[in-house]
This record gives sequence, structure tokens and C-alpha cells, in this order.
Amino acid sequence: MSTSASTGEIGTLVLPSTGARKSAVYLYPCIATIVLFIVWEIATRYGNISPLILPPPTEIFATAVAKFPVLVRMSLVTSYEFVLGFILAAVVGLPLGALIVYARPVEMTLYPMLVAFQTIPKAAIAPVFIVWLGTGITSKILIAFAISFFPIVIDTIIGLRSTQPETIYVVRAMGGTAFQVFWHVRLPNALPAIFGGLKVASTLAVIGAIVGEFVSSDSGIGYLLLVANGELDTRLVFACVLVLTVLGLVFFFIIDAFERVFVRWHVSARQADLAATGSN
Amino acid sequence: MRNGLAMKPRLVFDSAEPFVRVAGVDKVFASHGRGALKAVDNVSFEIHAGEFISIVGPSGCGKSTLMMMVSGLTLPSAGEVVIDSKKVTRPYTNLGIVFQRDALLEWRTVLENVLLQADISRLDRKQLRPKAIDLLARAGLSGFEKYYPWELSGGMRQRVAICRALLNDPALLLMDEPFGALDAMTREQMNLDLQRIWTQNRKTVLFITHSISEAVFLSDRIIVMTPRPGRVAADLRIDLPRPRKLAVREATQFGTYVAKIRETFQSFGLLRED
Repeated sequence: MSTSASTGEIGTLVLPSTGARKSAVYLYPCIATIVLFIVWEIATRYGNISPLILPPPTEIFATAVAKFPVLVRMSLVTSYEFVLGFILAAVVGLPLGALIVYARPVEMTLYPMLVAFQTIPKAAIAPVFIVWLGTGITSKILIAFAISFFPIVIDTIIGLRSTQPETIYVVRAMGGTAFQVFWHVRLPNALPAIFGGLKVASTLAVIGAIVGEFVSSDSGIGYLLLVANGELDTRLVFACVLVLTVLGLVFFFIIDAFERVFVRWHVSARQADLAATGSN
Repeated sequence: MRNGLAMKPRLVFDSAEPFVRVAGVDKVFASHGRGALKAVDNVSFEIHAGEFISIVGPSGCGKSTLMMMVSGLTLPSAGEVVIDSKKVTRPYTNLGIVFQRDALLEWRTVLENVLLQADISRLDRKQLRPKAIDLLARAGLSGFEKYYPWELSGGMRQRVAICRALLNDPALLLMDEPFGALDAMTREQMNLDLQRIWTQNRKTVLFITHSISEAVFLSDRIIVMTPRPGRVAADLRIDLPRPRKLAVREATQFGTYVAKIRETFQSFGLLRED
């Protein structure tokens, strides 16, 4: 407990309590965003920039409010696609990563294929998915899956492999089975890396869904974005981008919240580390 | 735990028969593209129940490999390890093990780390809790039960690891340079603590170190090993009265033992002074 009291004074910013430190974590990026919007607003209003090129933020917000019902409807479609794609990627990626770590033949067979598959630009094969699965949401789910499952597999492998051998010896000397070594040592030890992979995957899944909608669709934010672009409705284009940003952020923070629940020990240790080195 | 208690009387009355017998043990590692590497060469020694034995040797002499073979976590390429009249062919589990790295599980609190054995053996956690709390108290860690490992200092972490190894009341305690990563002062304290814990319950201990004075301070017997491939160069009985205080290190007899081991090392070309 003495750690939190003493680390408060070490940082470059002397904050009286951890409460103030915590609120600063949210306050600083908010201030930065507001400043950015103000500069943007002034530049577009007085800088002789056509609203067709870059509309001022207030107009983007106004459009978002005016088109709120359609934006929500399209958001639901897109969210459905990337959330399902992401879940599919996790459901396939996590066991596959574990299998590659535990079974050498599986590793030798699948790993090179995985790397080769990853080097294919997913946008390039998105049209193929449409041909196979139609223009409905199934193809988008699969593209979101294809683009987001690689980091999950890789980080699961890295996490499971980073186990200190001594921790395994200790459990085996207690008579632990291979499953107990996995359950009590390797899996919990891998969770920070796995959550790293899940976070990267969460943002990629959104990209996958949009790429799919770009190629061919009749609904979703990506579809609306293309339509707005075709009509030179730059305000709506930016409103779509705004909505996508919010969706991506919400999704990211949901996973972050899960991390705080499942890997509390690591989150707190990481924060203590940061505080101790004064990099706030 | 029940096992440990049941075994104790037998260990005491049966002390003529060695508790651990290492007989003609070799360990050869396949080295990538460079042929085979012999780490341990025809090593034999015995440990009697309740004895504190240290193995000292230069780094890379196969001390750790030897300990891994005694534990059954690695099997010898030749020869055999017999514990309690049974040949070791898989991990021997009536055992506590401590490494140089504390190997604590970061996601468990101090108390949960000490109780790890309960989860692995599916024993009743509630029943073992008082024992774990008592072990921590004896290690000077009262009040730290709910802390996480990252909140503790290196010496405290290593003490938690020792408590974890003792929870099951194991017949044999294996320690591989447990204090090697600690600063000199903490290390001396840990030596005193370990001696106290050992005096209280007289476990059979196999202790690996590269510090000659640490070995002399703690041990009943010291096995000195040659550089790789490791062989037994000397087997030395340490007759110093117990409990030993830090000042024992200034005693003439202590100096004689240290000198003897140092000379053994120098006889095979180590610790050159020119």
C-alpha cells in the first residue's frame, strides 16, 4: 500500500492523489480533442476551405443529429457484422493458437499457411467472399473474421510460449497434470498477450466489415458512406466516419473492461510500473 | 499433508538407509549440430533423512541438471535416482522445490500462491489455510497475505516461494540457488531464516549454490563438483555446532572448510590468483 502513496510524488506531474491521476487519464485526451475540433472549426470557417472538401465539425455534428435514425439503423447492421466476425475470430483463433503451441505437427502444417494467408491483402479477396456468400451480412462477417483472427492466433501463441519454465516445474513437482499446467500456469500467464491480440483484432474487425460493405452491400455504415460519397455529401461522409469512430471506441473499451476483470493483476501491475517510472 | 505426517516417524527410525540415493548418474544433452553435450558424468551420492546437503560447483557444472534429475522432472541418461527405496521415473511429488527465480504466479495473491498445492492436489483449501498463514507468519510475512507478488521485494517473494514449497510438509526440499538473485544483506537474512525453518522441522534438504561460505554456513555435508562434465570432486562433512550464528564465519574451523573447498576448486584450475 505504501507503493501507491510514494509513487504519487515520483512522476513529472505532482498529483495529490490517485483520484486526480485517474481523472487526468480521461481529462487530457478530452481537452486535446476539443482543442482539435476548435482549430478545425476555425480553419474551415475562416480558412476558405470548401465544405465539400472538409466541412466544419459543427456541421458534421448537425448532420449526424439530423440523420440520426438512419445512422443508428446502419450502425446496428455494421456492429452486428464486426461483433460476430470478431467473436468467430476469437472462437477459432484462441484454440488454434493453443493447438499450435501444444502440437508440433499442427504447428508445422498450419503455421506457414497462416503466415501466407496473412500476407494476402484481405481487401483483395473480399470480392471472392461476396461471390461465395452473397451480398448479405454473412460475407461481411467472414471478411471481418478473416482480417481479425491472425493477431489473436499470434498473440495466443506468444502468450502461451512466454511461460517461465520454473513455474511449470513447480506445478509438475506438485503432481500437476498437463491440463493443470495449462489451466493454472500457461493460460493465466498468456492472458495479457491474448488481450493485446483481442484489442488489435477488435479494431481490425471494424475495418473488415467496412471493406465488405464497400465491395457490395445494401446496408451498413460502409454502404451509407459510399452513397453519401457518390452524392458528394461530404457532411454525411464525415458523420459516418464519426459514427464508426464511436463504434470502434466503444467496442475497444468493452474488451478493455473484460481485461480489467480477467487480468486485474496485470492491469494494476502495469499501472504501478508506469507510475514508478514517471511516464504519465 | 496427511502423507507427510504419516511418513515422518519412519524417516526418523530408518535413518540407516539413505533417503535419497543417486547412483552412477549421467546426463547427456543433444546439442544442435554440435554433437552431444555431457552435463553430468557418473555422479553418485547419498542423502540421509533430515540431512542438509549442499552442492557447490562452478557455473555450468551440471548442478541444476542434477537437481532436476533428483526431482524426477528430468530423467538421467544413465544410472538411477532412488528416493525412499523407490526408483524415480517421473516427478517425485513428496517434494518442495525452490528456484533462483521465485516462480510465483503473478495472478495469485501471496496466500493463494502458498496454497497452490491445494489446488493442484484438489485438497481442501480451507483446511490448509491456517497452515499457509502460519508458514507466512514464520517467514515474517504476516499481513501480506492479500498482496500480489509485484507488490513485494525480491527477498519477500523468495520467502513466499519457500512457504509454498513447505505447505505440503514435503519429505524433501530441493533448492536451486534460491538466494542467488538477492542482495548480500537480504541473502544473509535468508540464510538465517532458512536455518531456523530447517531446525524447526528437519527436512531433508538438497541445496545448490555457487557460494562456498553460504554452503558451509548452512550444510551438514557439502558435495563439491568439477567443471563440466560435472563429477563429484569431494564430499565434505561440516561439523559446526547448531544453531549457527553469522559470527561462525569468523571461526577458524569455518575458515578451514572454506579453504578446503577453495583449494579443491583451484586444483582443477579455477579461481586462479596470478
